[in-house]
Amino acid sequence: MLAKRIIPCLDVKDGTTVKGVQFVNFRDAGDPVELGKQYSQMGADELVYLDITASHEGRRTFTDLVRRIAAEVSIPFTVGGGIHELSDVERLLAAGADKVSVNSSALRRPELITEIAERFGRQECVCAIDARLEDDGQWRCYLNGGRIPTQRYLFEWAHEAQERGAGEILFTSMNHDGSKQGFANDALARLSDELSIPIIASGGAGTKEHFLDVFQIGHADAALAASVFHFGEIPMRELKLYLADHGINVRL
Amino acid sequence: MKVAIIKYNAGNIYSVYCACRRLGHDAVITDDPVVIRQADRVIFPGVGEARAAMQHLNQTGLADVIRGLRQPVLGICIGMQLLCRHSEEGDVDCLGIFDVPVVRFRSSSKEFKVPQMGWNTIEKFEKTAENDNSNRLFINLHEGDYVYYVHSFHVPICSYTIAQTDYDGFYSAALHKDNFWATQFHPEKSGPVGEQILRNFLL
Repeated sequence: MLAKRIIPCLDVKDGTTVKGVQFVNFRDAGDPVELGKQYSQMGADELVYLDITASHEGRRTFTDLVRRIAAEVSIPFTVGGGIHELSDVERLLAAGADKVSVNSSALRRPELITEIAERFGRQECVCAIDARLEDDGQWRCYLNGGRIPTQRYLFEWAHEAQERGAGEILFTSMNHDGSKQGFANDALARLSDELSIPIIASGGAGTKEHFLDVFQIGHADAALAASVFHFGEIPMRELKLYLADHGINVRL
Repeated sequence: MKVAIIKYNAGNIYSVYCACRRLGHDAVITDDPVVIRQADRVIFPGVGEARAAMQHLNQTGLADVIRGLRQPVLGICIGMQLLCRHSEEGDVDCLGIFDVPVVRFRSSSKEFKVPQMGWNTIEKFEKTAENDNSNRLFINLHEGDYVYYVHSFHVPICSYTIAQTDYDGFYSAALHKDNFWATQFHPEKSGPVGEQILRNFLL
């Protein structure tokens, strides 16, 4: 049976991980490669590396980093951030990334998803969506890490992304992100039930129970989190044993 | 040992190279027929689309090179599918080493998304006679070990099947015939389990 996936997310700036990492006495916590290897050994199923560098020079550093990750990490990893055109995708996949994640650039120019799917196959393209549940009850999509509201809405955009050839949807609820109060399970369940591609849940993980809920209630195929893993609040192995005990199929 | 990784218009080839390097093998990524023919082991990897890939293999002559190989060959993912007779992806005739068709997942319920993406178990390794090495890929592995899959098309269970996986029904996780082995999953992305499979192939 296919296992539910647990995915730590690492923010990278100028080649080093941004958020402090405190889960082990670990000297190279700032090194995304060492950190990825550590997570892989702990039982993470995949990794997501987000490049939050602004400069062009930083982009080159990130590509070099992707090459080092590919050389040393033996589980799949997705890279995102700063992907505007097909040549960015080509560069990152050639450096060894398994998938690329597009967000703002796809909202601005949805054809980018079609182009990636046609050139590299739909399994290479993750469509990341940052959305906020507004007072009018609608999930509005945001650009640039949640800073700029758009006139697109979560469900219609997710459907379009699927039709254009996205292989997965990575949905971050801005309402839940950072709250540690659990994932946006209602919206996730609707996405998962309406779409035929896998859904990665993001935003709101605080406890092991939240992960159980996101699989049981939110019908997510994978759950992504950052700080609960980076700060050792939820050890990976413990989380997976807990999920397995509660009837969730995970890779142990 | 000389390991050749076949270079063609498919992705994810660098990851296979890295995995070989981690195991201490200095593999080369090449489309040179001479280098490929002289290698001790040949890996035919990739992520891509069947019709475009076959077109490229036919045009470059690599199709005949692969068909003529006598040393152990390992097809991975699309590489495995291209070793089959025909693929529904782009309705294209493939290399025909394994006389079976490649078909799309026809999901019977919402539970089974396409592509299948993630970790699933391999089981029912073929039990073989003492000196038959068809199950060499699974030395030191266990029924129920997890491997990483990304695919929308699959090979049904057939006489070449040496391991199977359940995704809305059983399909071929791995195939074997003569000097050709193939896995639908990605050993190069399957952590320690995948490393063991590659190690077994490179023995």
